[in-house]
Amino acid sequence: MSNNSKKKLTPVQQEYKHLAKKREPARPVIKNCIRAFLVGGMICLIGQAITDMFVHWGGFDREKAGNPTVAVLIILSVLLTSLGVYDKMGQWAGAGTAVPVTGFANSMASAAIEHRSEGLVLGVGGKMFTLAGPVIVYGTVAAFIVGILHLLFNPSGVGGH
Amino acid sequence: MLQGHQSWIFENKPIIKGTATVVGPFEGQGPLAGDFDIVHGDLMLGQDSWEKAEKTLLEEASKLAIENAGMTSGQVNFYVGGDLMNQIISSSFAARTLAIPYLGVFGACSTSMESLAIAANFVNSRSAKNVLASACSHNASVEKQFRYPTEYGSQKPPTAQYTVTGAGASVISQDGEGLTVTSATIGRVIDMGLTDPFNMGAAMAPAAVDTIQAHLRDFRIEPGYYDLIVTGDLSKIGYELAWDLFEKHKIPMKQTEYYDCGMMIYDYEKQKVQAGASGCGCSAVVTYGHLLNRMRRGELKRILVVATGALLSPLSFQQGESIPCIAHAVSIESGEKR
Repeated sequence: MSNNSKKKLTPVQQEYKHLAKKREPARPVIKNCIRAFLVGGMICLIGQAITDMFVHWGGFDREKAGNPTVAVLIILSVLLTSLGVYDKMGQWAGAGTAVPVTGFANSMASAAIEHRSEGLVLGVGGKMFTLAGPVIVYGTVAAFIVGILHLLFNPSGVGGH
Repeated sequence: MLQGHQSWIFENKPIIKGTATVVGPFEGQGPLAGDFDIVHGDLMLGQDSWEKAEKTLLEEASKLAIENAGMTSGQVNFYVGGDLMNQIISSSFAARTLAIPYLGVFGACSTSMESLAIAANFVNSRSAKNVLASACSHNASVEKQFRYPTEYGSQKPPTAQYTVTGAGASVISQDGEGLTVTSATIGRVIDMGLTDPFNMGAAMAPAAVDTIQAHLRDFRIEPGYYDLIVTGDLSKIGYELAWDLFEKHKIPMKQTEYYDCGMMIYDYEKQKVQAGASGCGCSAVVTYGHLLNRMRRGELKRILVVATGALLSPLSFQQGESIPCIAHAVSIESGEKR
C-alpha cells in the first residue's frame, strides 16, 4: 500500500516527504527496548511470584497454578486501567506493558470503560473487542496454521502437547 | 469585499465585541492558564460522557462570550461554529441550547478561524448585526473517535500531538468598541501525500505556508506588516517544517515574530505532550484568550492567525488515504485601519 501511494506522488510531494522525514524526531528505540525489557520482565516476575504463591500456599501444582495467576494479573491490570494508571505506564514502558496478558486485559477494559456511555449492549459489549478482536482472530489463525504444520511434519504426535 | 484571489477585506470594521474561553484541567496547568475565563478541574465537567462534556464546554464559552459582549442571545443574529466530532454534534447540540439561527461549519482544527472569517464577513456585508463564532475540542472525545480508548496503554510517538480540551467563542458586531477583524484569507486544500495521523503537524505545514503566501500576495504586504503571525496547531515538527518552507519560497518571515499556538498552551518540560498541542480548541483558546489579551494590553497591534486543519477521518486513514490539509488566515488589528 505504501509503495503504491509513493509511486503516485508528484516530485514536489516526494521532496516534501523527504524533508518531513528529516524533521521527524527518531523514535528512541534503544531506550524503548530497555524500558520494555525492564517493565515486561517485572510483570513476568510478579507473575512468577504469584504462581509460586499458589503452589506454596494454594495447593496447586506447577501446571495448574498458571490459570489463577493469569486471573490475578488480569484483575490487577483492569484495576490499574480503571484508576487511570495503566495508560501512563504504557507511555513510559511501551511494549513492556502491551505484550504481556496485562496489556490484553487493558485493551479490553479501556474499550469497555470508554464505550460505557453507548450502553451495555452496543457500547460495552460491541466495542470491547475493537482492539482485542484482531489479537484473538489472528492468534487463532496462527494456532491453526501451526497445528497443521505440526500434523504434517510430526504425524506421530510425539513431543509437544 | 473580495481582495485578490481568495481573500476578503473587511472595510466596515467588524468589531470583536466579546470573547470567552473555557478549558479543561490540563490546560489550566499550562503557562497560559491566566488567560482563560473558566478553567474546569474535572475533565468530565460533571457530565456522563466525553461528548456531553465537550458540548458543555462550548455552551459555556458561547454564553459567556455573549455576556461579555453585553448582550443577550436574542440579539445575536447568527451562530457559526464547528468542532471535530462526527457530524459536528458538539456545535449543533450547543446551538440547540442557544436557540440562535445556526450554520455548522467544518474545517477540522482550522474551524476556529473559518467560523471567525465567516462571521466577520456576515457583519461586514451587513447581513447581520451580531454573529457568534466558536470552535471547540475535547481531548478524550477526540482520542475516542480518532485514536484509542483514553485508558488504553499505547505509546505515543514523539511526533504525536495532544488535543486541547477547550472552547473559544467570540461575538462579532457592527458597532462598538474593541479589536477589529480586518481581513481573512480562505485556504486551499493542500495534500503533500503524508499518511501518518500521529504526525499531523508535518502534514499541515504546507497548507499554512500556502495560505500565508496567498494572504501576503492578495494584500501586497510583507510579513513585517504584522507584529505577530501565528499558526494554529503545527507544533514542533510542523513549525520547523513551516520555517523550511518559508525559506524555500523566500518569504521573509524573519521580519516579524512567527509562532505556533500548539507550542504555547502547554509546558513541554512539565506536561510531556510530545510535539505539542492540537485541536479546534487549541487555536481558539490561544487566540481568544492569550493573544487578544495581549492586544488589549497594547503589546500587539496587528496579528495574523492562521488556523490549520487536517481533514482526515478515522476511516480515510485506515484505508491508507493521505491527509488533505487546509489553513484559514484572519487578521485582527487594534487602533487605526490600514
